Amino acid sequence: MIAQKQILLLIALTVFCVASIVFSLLSGSVDITVAQLSQSIFSSEPSLNSQVLQEIRVPRTLAAFVTGGLLALSGAIMQVLLRNPLADPYILGISGGAAVGALSAILVGATGFWLSNAAFAGALFSIFLVFGIANKFGNWSVTRLLLTGVVVSAGWGAVINILLTTSSTNNVQSMLFWLMGDLSQSSVNPAHYLLLLVGMVGGIAVSRSLNVLIRGELLAVSLGVNVTSLRLLLFFSASVFTATAVTIAGSVGFVGLIIPHMLRLVGARDHRILIPSCVLLGGSFLVLADSLARTLIAPQQLPVGVVTAVIGVPAFILILRSTIRK
Amino acid sequence: MAILTIQSLNLQIENKILCRDLTVQIGENQRWGLLGKNGAGKTTLLHALIGQRHASQGSIQLDGKSIYDLKQRELASKVGILFQQGIEALPATVFETVMLGRHPHTQPLLWDDQKDIEIAESALAAFDLDQLKERDVGTLSGGELQRLALAMLLAQTPQLFLLDEPSNHLDVAFEVKLLSVLTNKVAETSASLIMATHDINLAVRFCENIILLLADGESLVGRSVDVLTEENLSQAYGCPIKSVSSGDHRLFYPA
Repeated sequence: MIAQKQILLLIALTVFCVASIVFSLLSGSVDITVAQLSQSIFSSEPSLNSQVLQEIRVPRTLAAFVTGGLLALSGAIMQVLLRNPLADPYILGISGGAAVGALSAILVGATGFWLSNAAFAGALFSIFLVFGIANKFGNWSVTRLLLTGVVVSAGWGAVINILLTTSSTNNVQSMLFWLMGDLSQSSVNPAHYLLLLVGMVGGIAVSRSLNVLIRGELLAVSLGVNVTSLRLLLFFSASVFTATAVTIAGSVGFVGLIIPHMLRLVGARDHRILIPSCVLLGGSFLVLADSLARTLIAPQQLPVGVVTAVIGVPAFILILRSTIRK
Repeated sequence: MAILTIQSLNLQIENKILCRDLTVQIGENQRWGLLGKNGAGKTTLLHALIGQRHASQGSIQLDGKSIYDLKQRELASKVGILFQQGIEALPATVFETVMLGRHPHTQPLLWDDQKDIEIAESALAAFDLDQLKERDVGTLSGGELQRLALAMLLAQTPQLFLLDEPSNHLDVAFEVKLLSVLTNKVAETSASLIMATHDINLAVRFCENIILLLADGESLVGRSVDVLTEENLSQAYGCPIKSVSSGDHRLFYPA
């Protein structure tokens, strides 16, 4: 049953979401006040403020929101698919594949468009590699999928290390930024917003089935869930969300792991609530983390992945502690 | 009219034949016991009835339609199963858990139908769990968890109840309660029931029909009084079994 408490949670998250976006738009090297912000939204007169907002802060804030939302959504789905609390968007080696693609692109001097495409191609290759191996005998049990993913990840890890150790110092700097997750080079387009929206709506549409599937395959079958096709859908959609997120921002850590857990702990265990909550909180979390990444040691920027890890590690330890206490 | 027709069914796991040429007709308001020694294939047969194990030969029909032709959801709205392992204590309230039993019937996407809520609530009440509605499942005892699994099955409102060791973790009082709740439910809704159990006496008391799985895939099917004899049971379990009678009750024990 969807209790009032859970509706309140959704409302609170929406408020938090708006607040984080406003905070992000206000923070940066050019001081913009709330009054100036609303002025540049509602007036069409060109000014320095509206230029900063339109060309720098709004795109970057949106990129952060879309990335965070996709990662948290993908993490929640992976945790159901693999029935493993430690599952995150990267566990099946998608980010590893993307990283190898991106790093190879950096190696040959590609930037922007080509870098993104290389990352996306690497991610896609990894998705099909893992699925191909796990599905080889028409038997893709959860354990088999998980083991395949972890092994493929380890393989990508080795390739990443080779690329890092054999590259010039200049390239290594950009490679490390990519690996830690970085929004400074990011751009998003309407296809990305659409994917997040479709993902959220689709996730809500299958949320009742997710509630059953998380309790095990056999029980789900006995309650009328078509487990085979649902799991295929979950695998490929979560993979595409992850691939898109890493293409936008590199492998930003912890969002996909801790956001679903935090929400479950505060009572959003029903996926009808958990799915939209993940998008809202995942998006806002990354927007906040990115605001900090831009401002903490300004004019220098930190990779946003470092900030999420700095917040994420203690938060995750707290979550683990409270689970053990139960 | 028969609810479930099993025709010349063969089941095997790898090279072991569990069921050979099994034919059973199960009608409305019938209670069937499924007996046989450990590993004889009781659970496998129940799983085959929800389409989770393909028969190497033979057919399983529900209301005249092969179960393999039914959609998963349609099958689940007619056949419900209590698994031997019961349910896992995942973090959720008792009420959230019992509502999962309504899954094959639920229509609205986001909110819960009042009718579904009422059915789930009365299923909880049937197993004395209504006071625990808001409790976290992790805090329940083994017996309470088993009753919750039974309430979930009741909430599923199937036409055919499949029960795999339903008296696991239950004390005698709840065992009796479980039997009377299920008997009433089966009678009220013209449903039927198949119960796999290792407790011969439970089957004697509760089931008027028996499927007794013997070694090598052979089986005996028929009325309880005919099938449950000292000789048949001794053969099935591979150990001498005797019985005593007291009034209407017959009690079997290993000699």
